[in-house]
Order: sequence, then C-alpha cells, then structure tokens
Amino acid sequence: MSGYEARFKVWRGDAHGGGLEDFRVEVNEGEVVLDIIHRLQATQAPDLAVRWNCKAGKCGSCSAEINGRPRLMCMTRMSVFTREETVTVTPLRAFPVVRDLVTDVGFNYRKAREVPAFVPPAGVGPGEYRMMQEDVDRSQEFRKCIECFLCQDTCHVVRDHEENKAAFAGPRFLMRIAELDMHPLDAAAESGVDRKRTAQDEHGLGYCNITKCCTEVCPEGIKITDNALIPLKERAVDRKYDPLVWLGSKIRRRSSAG
Amino acid sequence: MATGTEPPTTERHPRAGGVRAAGRAAIAAPHLRTDRWWLAPAATAAGLLAFVVYSTWRAFAGADYYAAPYVSPFYSPCLAENCEPMKGGPNWEIFGSWWGISPAIIILVFPLGFRLTCYYYRKAYYRGFWASPPACAVAEPHKKYTGETRFPLILQNIHRYFFYAAIPVAGILTYDTVLAFRDERYDWGHMGLGTLVFVVNIVLIWAYTLSCHSCRHIVGGKLKHFSRHPVRYRMWQFAGKLNARHMLLAWTSLASVALADLYVYLVASGVFEDPRFF
Ligand code: SF4
Ligand code: SF4
Ligand code: FES
Ligand code: FES
Repeated sequence: MSGYEARFKVWRGDAHGGGLEDFRVEVNEGEVVLDIIHRLQATQAPDLAVRWNCKAGKCGSCSAEINGRPRLMCMTRMSVFTREETVTVTPLRAFPVVRDLVTDVGFNYRKAREVPAFVPPAGVGPGEYRMMQEDVDRSQEFRKCIECFLCQDTCHVVRDHEENKAAFAGPRFLMRIAELDMHPLDAAAESGVDRKRTAQDEHGLGYCNITKCCTEVCPEGIKITDNALIPLKERAVDRKYDPLVWLGSKIRRRSSAG
Repeated sequence: MATGTEPPTTERHPRAGGVRAAGRAAIAAPHLRTDRWWLAPAATAAGLLAFVVYSTWRAFAGADYYAAPYVSPFYSPCLAENCEPMKGGPNWEIFGSWWGISPAIIILVFPLGFRLTCYYYRKAYYRGFWASPPACAVAEPHKKYTGETRFPLILQNIHRYFFYAAIPVAGILTYDTVLAFRDERYDWGHMGLGTLVFVVNIVLIWAYTLSCHSCRHIVGGKLKHFSRHPVRYRMWQFAGKLNARHMLLAWTSLASVALADLYVYLVASGVFEDPRFF
C-alpha cells in the first residue's frame, strides 16, 4: 500500500469558541492518527495544540474523539478508515477545552483525591506484605489502567449532565474503590471507612446504570462494568438493601473479612 | 484574556447542557459518530418488543398450554384451580377457584422480575427503550439524569431476591423436562421432538440463571480472601466463566423459552403432532 491524501477535520479553538477545520494531508502505510496530527503540526498548522507522550498506548495522554468515538490517537491505525472517508478529530467532549485537542482533565484528579487511600494493615511493616496471587488477581486487572480518562469522558452520567460531576466519581474511580475493597490487605474497614457504603453514599455509584460504555472504550480492555462496577453494586447491596446479610453480620459479629 | 463576552471565533456556543455545556469544545452536533451506532439499540428494542408481545398474548390466553406430556414453561408450576389437569405435573391449587384469569400470571411474576432487574437487560432497555444513552458518546435526549439513585430505579438493587426465586423456578422447569421423557399416555422412557426442545431450553435457563451477577457475587465474589475459601473460589471462577457470556445466555434462553412455549402451543392446538423418537 502506498501513501495517499486523506481528508481530515480537526477541531480548533478554545473555551470561547471554535470549530472544525478542513485539512488534506498525506498518509503513509502503518501510520496512526497521531502521526497525521503531527504531520499537520509540521506542515500546515504549527500552532495546533495536542497532548501526547509515549506513542505506545501506555501514557494515556493522547485521548481524543475520532469520528465521534473516544480513542487514543496513537493506537488508532489509519488503516481502519477507508481512503474516501473524512476523519474527524475533536477534543474530549466531557471536559472543558483548553485549546484545540487539549482538554482540562482536572475533574479526574479531583475525583481521585476524593477516594480514601489504601489503609495499611496494623502490625505489618512495609516489606512484610504477603499476598496470595488469587487474592490480588482482581485488583491487578484494574491496575492495568493508564488513566487515559476515555471512560470518564464517555460515561453519559457526566458527559451529558454537567451537574452530576459533583456527585459522581466516574467509572475510573469507582473501579479504584472496588480495587481497594477487594484488596486483601486494605484495612479501611478497621479504620472506620466502609468502602461499600460510601461507594454509593459519597461517590455516586447509584448514578451508573451499567450501560457499559466505559468498558467499550477502555484501551486496556479492562472489564470495568462486569468486574468492578457491578461487583461493587452487589457489595453496596450487602450493606444497604440486604436484611439477610445485615442480620448475619449482627449475629456473627464477623467484621468485613471473608 | 477573554471574559466570555466577546464573540467566539467560528461556532457560537449553543448554551445548552451536556456536550454543549459552556467551557467544552464548541461543537453543535450531539455526536459525530459515522458508524451505524443505532443498529444495536434498534435491534435490541425490536427483539425485546417481539418477546413482550408474544409472551403477553400467550400468558393471557390461558389455553393451549398443555399437550401431554409437555407443559408450556409459561404455565409451570400451575397454581390455580382453573389449570388443565396434568398427570404428575407441577400443578398445585394454592390459588383456588377465585383465580379467574390465566394461571400463567401468578408464576410469571418471578421470571419477569428476574429478567427486568437483570444487569444485562437493564443495559439493554436503558439503551434500547430509554436512550440513556442510545449508544456510547451519543448524547442522550434527557434533561436530567439520576440513574439508579432514586425510586423507582433504586429498586433494581433487589435483583438478588429474584435470583433466589429463580432457582426453584428453574428446578420446576427441570422437573417438567424429566416429565417430558414420557409419551402421551404417560408411559416412561420415551422421547419426542418436544423432549429435545425442553432439554435445550432447561440447559439454557440454568446457564442463564447461574451466570447472574448476583450469583457470582453470592457464591464467592463478595469475599476478600479467595485463598481462605478454595471451594467458593472455584465456584466463583465457574460463575465468572458463565457470567462472561451473560448477554448471549440472556438472549438464547429468552428465545428458547418462547420456542418451548410455541412448540407446546402448536402441538396443543393441533397444528402438528409431536414427532416421537421412541
Ligand atoms: S457502565 Fe456506568 S460508569 Fe460505565 S459508562 Fe455506563 S453509566 Fe458510566
Ligand atoms: S479504566 Fe481504561 S478507559 Fe478508564 S482511564 Fe483506565 S485505561 Fe482509560
Ligand atoms: S501517546 Fe501515550 S497513550 Fe497515546
Ligand atoms: S440475571 Fe442477569 S445479572 Fe442476574
């Protein structure tokens, strides 16, 4: 396959306005969308703002929306488009735009800080942590997250409803809560933090209607909904809506351990 | 710096909510997807609607649901006095003669509740019927959204109780399948095409039931330390394997239960005779 000239539409502007700008640009075999954006910078639009770093799908910087779908620019091959197709690239549409393809993702950092950190277990020093592989398998899937925030961008709870941003942590950080609640050594319960209950009461788990868009866009292929959000919802039910579990815990007086 | 009062460069801010909220990239289109994103929700809605129409007709019909030895899964167990007599079948007259309408209505509440609160079907109808969202990154048409935080949708949290109820229901359908190994004179050790239909249906019903997210949680998912509960860990792994196919099982078991009912209807109403194998 030889090179060809592709039609691109790239959003340019800032918080006060902007629009899609047309470009015709060379595409060569094996290139990804980020290569084309770089070529535009080099040849036609030297002031085009774009955030990127690794070009290997590992830093999570180059998130954008390509033909309306949230994706990593560095992991979207040009070969998925036909030569006739116009490729439209816009910034993430759930967050405030800074300039061109760069958005302010500060919302996610605020949400990250709202999640209580890992609580070290009493009487076990650093370096003395011992865990069985089967006990950490679940959390390890969630640790593959590269914090690209594509899931946060796609989730209709905040994408379509700005007013929900205060109440809703978003899939990435609800998954963080699930990770800690499944962590074999996390001692949050002993320190008085009930992660199951607060997931719903303080981090907005109830807003999620499990429609799985976060899972659909995750470039790491994490099964966010099936393995983190739904299990977390079931854990919240244990705490809040299941009189049998409630009664059982009263009688047996066993703490959250299992 | 800008104060927000000077005119924007190209596209004016439509000043609405969601993706058009102030501060976000000014793009008027509610979405820019170019693929056929509407196909999946449309197909889902059509499939669910077809089942609802069919099952409503059959559930209220109150006729042609028994063709010895087969009883339609919609009418089992049959719990009113107006049930057709089925030898050895699960009909107990818990509801007496005062129950005037179709006896299917009594028992169908449970499978209906199970599927209505199922995590997969929730996704399906929130997307297909309620457009919340219609597809990923396609703006939803609603002004406000509170998800499952309030009445009535907060009731989705009772799903596990329907799961508990689904186990005896599946047990009774298993019993019906055993009874299907008789012939029309109730002699044992026979098989017809209907028996095969029932076997396929019950396998799918069990697979769907055990692949439930609540099941996965109850058998082991709720634990913090799998290493201390090796048996439950194995059960959780098994439920997880099925759970990965929950959507597929939801559709195939929905189709098989409707087909099993249709089969009984066709035989009972005399459209054709059950081909006997032996
Ligand atoms: S599954 Fe829940 S968190 Fe994920 S995108 Fe859908 S509503 Fe948002
Ligand atoms: S969970 Fe997936 S989509 Fe969300 S931030 Fe992490 S890597 Fe990105
Ligand atoms: S540049 Fe690092 S993920 Fe794309
Ligand atoms: S039956 Fe679908 S999640 Fe329980």
